[in-house]
Amino acid sequence: MKIAVCVKRVPDSEARIKIDASGKAIDEGGVKFVLNPYEEFAVEEALKLNEAAGSGEVVVISVGNDASQETIRTALAMGADRGVLLKTEHVPLDPLPVAKVLAAELADGGYDLVLFGKLAIDDYSHGIGPMVAELLELPCVSAISKLEVSGDKGKAEREIEGGVEVVEFPLPAVLTADKGLNEPRYPALRGIMLAKKKPLEVKDVTLEAAGLEMLSLSYPPERKAGRIVGEGAAAVPALVEALKNEAKVL
Amino acid sequence: MPNVLAILEQRGGNIKRVSHEVLTAARVLADGMGGGVDGLVVGGPGVATEGLGAFGADKVLVASDASLTNYQADRYAAIAADQVRAGSYAAALVSATALGKDLAPRLAARLACPFASDVTAVKYNGGITVTRPLYAGKANTTLKILASPCVISVRSNAVTPVANAKPGTVESVAVSAGEPRARTVEIKQPERVALDVAEASIIVSGGRGLKGPEHFALIEDLANALGGAVGASRAVVDAGWRPHAEQVGQTGKTVSPNLYVAIGISGAIQHLAGMRTAKTIVAVNKDPDAPIFKVADYGIVGDLFEVVPKLTEEIKKARDG
Ligand SMILES: Cc1cc2nc3c(=O)[nH]c(=O)nc-3n(C[C@H](O)[C@H](O)[C@H](O)COP(=O)(O)OP(=O)(O)OC[C@H]3O[C@@H](n4cnc5c(N)ncnc54)[C@H](O)[C@@H]3O)c2cc1C
Ligand SMILES: Nc1ncnc2c1ncn2[C@@H]1O[C@H](COP(=O)(O)O)[C@@H](O)[C@H]1O
Repeated sequence: MKIAVCVKRVPDSEARIKIDASGKAIDEGGVKFVLNPYEEFAVEEALKLNEAAGSGEVVVISVGNDASQETIRTALAMGADRGVLLKTEHVPLDPLPVAKVLAAELADGGYDLVLFGKLAIDDYSHGIGPMVAELLELPCVSAISKLEVSGDKGKAEREIEGGVEVVEFPLPAVLTADKGLNEPRYPALRGIMLAKKKPLEVKDVTLEAAGLEMLSLSYPPERKAGRIVGEGAAAVPALVEALKNEAKVL
Repeated sequence: MPNVLAILEQRGGNIKRVSHEVLTAARVLADGMGGGVDGLVVGGPGVATEGLGAFGADKVLVASDASLTNYQADRYAAIAADQVRAGSYAAALVSATALGKDLAPRLAARLACPFASDVTAVKYNGGITVTRPLYAGKANTTLKILASPCVISVRSNAVTPVANAKPGTVESVAVSAGEPRARTVEIKQPERVALDVAEASIIVSGGRGLKGPEHFALIEDLANALGGAVGASRAVVDAGWRPHAEQVGQTGKTVSPNLYVAIGISGAIQHLAGMRTAKTIVAVNKDPDAPIFKVADYGIVGDLFEVVPKLTEEIKKARDG
């Protein structure tokens, strides 16, 4: 199968976030950037599907600045075949302009599947996958934790509150990956070496104007300092008392 | 008239509580603009629409058909898009649940309009602004929405439902036909339907400190005593002790309950990302330097195997008495 995986470069989940002098962006100095964790599940699934089929191609696509090449290489090191960087200096918070350039790239690509992460851990926008599906008028199942593909039909499961939805769809289709779909492989040294030589095409793109404007970026309010009620089981009555009469949550 | 559409979620014919939160948020915008709030309910025949007026719905539009009993993404998106166009709404709001997270971006793409996701507050002051966390809660941003209509998904438990009596007149609306591109064929329910962490106002979560899956009975007992849901850290989900549905954190669920009790959880940054906005946080950990104590309102330093049974017992007493 020909499978595309759309990936985003995001600050590592451990990263300390510092707001820069403009007050509207983060200071990227010293911040480690990684492949968005949900895309690890998407890349793994693409590789597994093609390994099972014995053939196919996995193309990794990202919208971002030059630094996103490194993110694409991470996916290539896992085993994807080639990369495409849709290069733009600024990736807006509004998902639609990003979805549009991705859809334009994917439209005539002849892909059987287009995979995304469930969400990007920087903006939690859970938007771009289903948007691309709508723009391409393709079936879409989001946040999947199980996938079966046979011939030109697929069946996926997605967790909902207190249950699991089972969704059937024809290929080609768009899917977004949740944790639980698989166990992503770590890039082996050999993979990292090979990835350096894999093709990575860079195309300049111009994004439409965003429909969201950032007015401010701020640190979340500090939580009020808490207290240690005491040690061991002996502290329980004091805790229950505080929950009942101070926090009033019982 | 700049009206606002609140897309309301039903399951099994009952409107979910989060829908009251969405109505409340929609009311904030509509009152600012001098318009009304219409609720949209898509579902099978006989959805219970009473009581929506009490939370601020001027009208309740019902799109009902047996084929719509369960969420069918393409059909729900088509119906919502038709309504937004027909009613020339300024904004469509939906809760950021499993359904809303899927529906909202589809709707925004169909309407070719801005999409602000996972917002914790909305405001109108000449234009619509929303507040939302970024970087897993390490920053907050305020965004101005530059076009109309727009789609907004509202984080669960972020907006407190406010009673605001409006007529809540029920009208049925046409259901557009059309074959869905993908079809939900089944909803698997676990044998014992547990309260989901994403919907619970009290959560008791357990971590690796429990030492083994068999000891989660301690967590379940405490959760039952509190009338809450069971949550888990990623460490115990990855170890296969607990299902992924219970995972709280960056690669699990983001929750804002009234009370979050963390038992034997160290408080890694990725765990905090999922629960730091809880109103009250309690931690039980034997390590006084565990990072969870930095965010906890109340902590007990000690062995959870001694503290938790006693806590369950005392909570039962407090609740009975
Ligand atoms: C990309 C990424 C995403 C992640 N996403 C998530 C996520 O969504 N959710 C999440 O939770 N984690 C996530 N993690 C993992 C996170 O970094 C931690 O590894 C994890 O949260 C640790 O789980 P824990 O607190 O249960 O275990 P530990 O860190 O091992 O903590 C166990 C705690 O139990 C205490 N303890 C031990 N015995 C006792 C006892 N008898 N009585 C009382 N206390 C005791 C110890 O003092 C310790 O503090 C993520 C990591 C990465 C890299
Ligand atoms: N700049 C980007 N380039 C390519 N894919 C992206 C980009 N941003 C987001 N995605 C994909 O869309 C998914 C959802 O992202 P988001 O809508 O930002 O939460 C991510 O998990 C990625 O798979």
